[in-house]
Amino acid sequence: MEFFDRFAVPHPSPLIYASMVAIALTLIAVVIGITYFKKWGYLWREWLTTVDHKRIGMMYIISALLMLFRGGVDGIMMRLQTAVPENSFLDAQHYNEVFTTHGIVMIIFMAMAFIIGMMNIVVPLQIGARDVAFPRLNAISFWLYFAGAMLFNVSFVIGGSPDAGWTNYFPLAGTDFSQSVGVNYYMWALQISGLGTLMTGINFIVTILKMRAPGMTLMKMPMFTWSALITNVIIVFAFPVLTIALLMGTLDRQFGTHFFASTNGGMDMLWANLFWVWGHPEVYILILPAFGIYSEVIATFSQRNLYGYKSMVGSMVLISFMSFLVWVHHFFTMGHGPLVNGIFSITTMAIAVPTGIKIFNWLLTMWKGKIRFTVPMLYSIGFIPLFTIGGVTGVMLAIASADYQYHNTMFLVAHFHNVIIPGVVFAMLAGLTYWWPKVFGFMLNERIGKWGFWFLSIGFCLAFFPMYITGLDGQARRMYTYSEETGFGPLNLLSFFGAGLMAIAFILIVFNIYYSFRNSPRNVGQDPWNARSLEWATHNPVPEYNFAVTPVVNSSEAFWDSKKNGHNLFPDKFEKIHMPNNSGVPVIMAGFFFIFGFSFVFSIWIGVILAALGIFGCMAYRTFENDHGRYISVEEIKETEKKYGGAK
Amino acid sequence: MKLKLAFISFAILLTTFLAGCEPLLVLDPKGPQAETTANVIWISIITMAVIVIVVISLLIFMIYKYRASKQGEDYEPPHIEGNPLVETIIVAIPVLIVIFLSIVSVKSTYEVETVPEGYENQEPLVIYAASSNWKWHFSYPEQDIETLNYVFIPTNRPVEFRLYSYGPITSFWIPQLAGQKYAMADMVTKINLVAETPGDYVGRNANFSGEGFAENTFTATALSNEEFDKWIDEIHSTAEPLTEEQFNKLLKPGHLGQMTFTGTHLDFAPAPEGEHAGHHHGDESEDETNTEHEDHSNH
Amino acid sequence: MKLDKSQPLEYGTHQNQMNILGFWIFLGAEIMLFGTLFASFFTLENGVGSGPTGADVFEITPVVLETIILLTSSFTIGLATHAMRINNKKATLVFLGITLLLGLSFLSVEIYEFIHYYHVGLTLQTSAFSAILLTTLGTHGAHVTFGLFWGLFIFLQIKKRGFTPETTNKSFIFSLYWHFLDVVWIFIFSFIYLKGLM
Repeated sequence: MEFFDRFAVPHPSPLIYASMVAIALTLIAVVIGITYFKKWGYLWREWLTTVDHKRIGMMYIISALLMLFRGGVDGIMMRLQTAVPENSFLDAQHYNEVFTTHGIVMIIFMAMAFIIGMMNIVVPLQIGARDVAFPRLNAISFWLYFAGAMLFNVSFVIGGSPDAGWTNYFPLAGTDFSQSVGVNYYMWALQISGLGTLMTGINFIVTILKMRAPGMTLMKMPMFTWSALITNVIIVFAFPVLTIALLMGTLDRQFGTHFFASTNGGMDMLWANLFWVWGHPEVYILILPAFGIYSEVIATFSQRNLYGYKSMVGSMVLISFMSFLVWVHHFFTMGHGPLVNGIFSITTMAIAVPTGIKIFNWLLTMWKGKIRFTVPMLYSIGFIPLFTIGGVTGVMLAIASADYQYHNTMFLVAHFHNVIIPGVVFAMLAGLTYWWPKVFGFMLNERIGKWGFWFLSIGFCLAFFPMYITGLDGQARRMYTYSEETGFGPLNLLSFFGAGLMAIAFILIVFNIYYSFRNSPRNVGQDPWNARSLEWATHNPVPEYNFAVTPVVNSSEAFWDSKKNGHNLFPDKFEKIHMPNNSGVPVIMAGFFFIFGFSFVFSIWIGVILAALGIFGCMAYRTFENDHGRYISVEEIKETEKKYGGAK
Repeated sequence: MKLKLAFISFAILLTTFLAGCEPLLVLDPKGPQAETTANVIWISIITMAVIVIVVISLLIFMIYKYRASKQGEDYEPPHIEGNPLVETIIVAIPVLIVIFLSIVSVKSTYEVETVPEGYENQEPLVIYAASSNWKWHFSYPEQDIETLNYVFIPTNRPVEFRLYSYGPITSFWIPQLAGQKYAMADMVTKINLVAETPGDYVGRNANFSGEGFAENTFTATALSNEEFDKWIDEIHSTAEPLTEEQFNKLLKPGHLGQMTFTGTHLDFAPAPEGEHAGHHHGDESEDETNTEHEDHSNH
Repeated sequence: MKLDKSQPLEYGTHQNQMNILGFWIFLGAEIMLFGTLFASFFTLENGVGSGPTGADVFEITPVVLETIILLTSSFTIGLATHAMRINNKKATLVFLGITLLLGLSFLSVEIYEFIHYYHVGLTLQTSAFSAILLTTLGTHGAHVTFGLFWGLFIFLQIKKRGFTPETTNKSFIFSLYWHFLDVVWIFIFSFIYLKGLM
């Protein structure tokens, strides 16, 4: 029995036991359901083994929505706990676990997955490619992400959640101050999903550089593809830093090394530096694809071309470069003196310049346009003022002397939610609504979508604007409680109310998917939005080979060009199409990674060794495998095209 | 519509800001350092408010003027590439604002990191502030006393806090007197501040440090010079001396009320500065003599 | 699968070109990985605590030996690629085999070196310096070990399947990997060992 003691949750509560039961019941229900409907074979053939970028993208987005739910529940619990002074809904330890997992789940497993899912679905279509450069690797990326996400999520029912904050500063995260296995979970969940992200980065850079349709020069790429390219370059350069930091953290916790210890020459500040050398570029990994989506949506629904294409590209390149030069602003208060702080203060503020250029370019895109207020456009219009507020408070935080007062307060919390929610989450919802018909062939209901938007925006303002004030009034972040005399009570209650509205928005958005699935007409045609870029030149939903004939383009708005100027996108004849084969190796390998991570968390070395052998076995299998893919014949293509209504 | 709402909520926010029943701590400074930061914050709020208002006005103009329902059926929006003049303007304005704020930032950062103007000639009062889970230990080496979870300082005299930590990174913060600075285990960081008004000020650790973090607070009381001296004398006549054994007991994780001792823990547990700094050498410093340390630093 | 005859076989198909580009980008990520290790090393190299310093434990002989072995193996993998270009299967296999054997001997010397460190009291747990030293060397060593298996598998594939677009592509990419490990070693040699010995 002693062996099993380690799996017990160190700080159990009725809530956690209830979640255990709920998780177990859900799992049983899912398994029974799939077995009853005899869907195991379908699931394996069509989803678990798929290498199709569209399906992988869908799986990313479904996972992201699940994680949004998990992270959202964490968020609501935090707001509920702090809604009134001296509340006793959560105790300190649970509150610490909840805000730690909220941060990680939202950043790594929700936002990243949403973005990568969006890139998976859209980028190959926008550049007229059949798939990504390495479809098999793409499946591995997804399954590694998924294994990492699941590993992170079992922590709270087996062994305990991490409790040192998402920034996980040492020595607090060391074994002296965080004895449960929670932080081990943090290390391995991030490590495994980070590996997947790095592979995605490589995959998409090659895809975008090497698989563009004939005629599509770099400066004729749609803006979302540009943002994806730059994002993936940042991923490739930022994630290895995290890999090493996590490796050192693991060694410190599980092998007694002294990297970040305060004894034997270790340096706790090294973790903070490495974490933010990765962490700050990570912020731009999140926001740049969002900028890409807004560029597409605003141009489409203003029915005009994007203003200042070149400066849009230039500003993104500049942002990506500068994102590596500002990490110190996350700890101005560490005492490096005014010179270092001054330099990083200036580099940080300088990022506001390219960002400002983008805001003005979007405004000028609307100029002389013909603006339609669809759901994606509403999100984009809401984004501009809200993100500007978030951006300018960022500039305020960048002033080092003032940051000594904002640092670690609710002001900071308000700021980064103010950029991430209107920046990233709005963009993802805009993109989801915009490209939904592309993937599923039917539209999401506009009315429910608009209700969702209003609830989300108003809820957001009510939830986060009060935090600017409580921050300036001295409320530190991550406090599980506060006394009545502080006077933080009323504004925190308002925040909780706003969080409730955001929860309603989430329910509306999910309900919209269900409602539209049941009621939306299926004949959306090829061009439901009067769109401009190349992905709309093929059918809705997209056939597995994307384009029956490789398109030839000569404009960044290829589809618009073909509609208005009569450009012939498809001059060539049908030819047989080469497609990659499905493979079960990625999902099996990710299974081994999960076992590896789980065993490592609990220092069960036999499991670690066996899982490592499994992982290497999968790699060895892959190198000896002789897989040349398959061909779709011209007859099959003609058949499919006829089914979609008319050959192209 | 959306914008009106966003704008109204922003306006409400600003008014609460300006006309709140009690002034916000950070914007209610009681010493020159906090006053500098409060001024910088006001400058930046005003500058940034101008930007927000400009952007929102432009946006309202665009979506009002160019909404589809207002245009004719057959209106075809023109194709417009970038315009060099416009793009120069949208680059130049942010650049000018950033230059302005950079100057403010660098200048004020130097100001708050040094002894405030007008106090340079006075000898600062040195107080060591060490955090342990979840307490603050204040040592006055000159006065040879130590307090727990509260600190008395004289007004109109520069005070130099030397910060370090027995445990996780913490952040020393008295919002009405000065901004934060981290306290860490292997080095000493410094805050210079002056209190100009007598009174009790809220102080806390602002950096998350585990279970007892929320209650990791202290009170900073500013007294006139005479009262401060009187307080010192009083302690020397009433308080017990701090022993090493007792200090180690105090370090154990938990919460304790306010306590007062004569003598400081610095005598038997020196702060991690000078030859005791943690970067190059181990933590065995307590057992070793100073000469051995000098040996080490010759490597 | 169109084969471009104007290119060497390993670049012959579009997929092959993408594989090589992808691997270059992967090497970019590896540079960041080792760069982070080096940056951490420079930060922590004085953090010896009560343990030994680099000058106390480094021995020049095994290090020079390792350097010579790895540099030679970088040369032989180059010869293997050259032999592959002129379509000489036997020579390719011989040079690839020599490379792998050299890799194996490099690893043996490194293991000897680690045992030596253990005996003079420098283990992973001794100090921050020892931890970053052994982690950096270990990460490089793990890369070499991985490379040995990978190279062996490619050896077997060339032996069995001859030169195809796939096998040539794989062995070319492997040679890039091997050269890269050599470059990393040169940095380790100069900035960890030589600097530490000075």
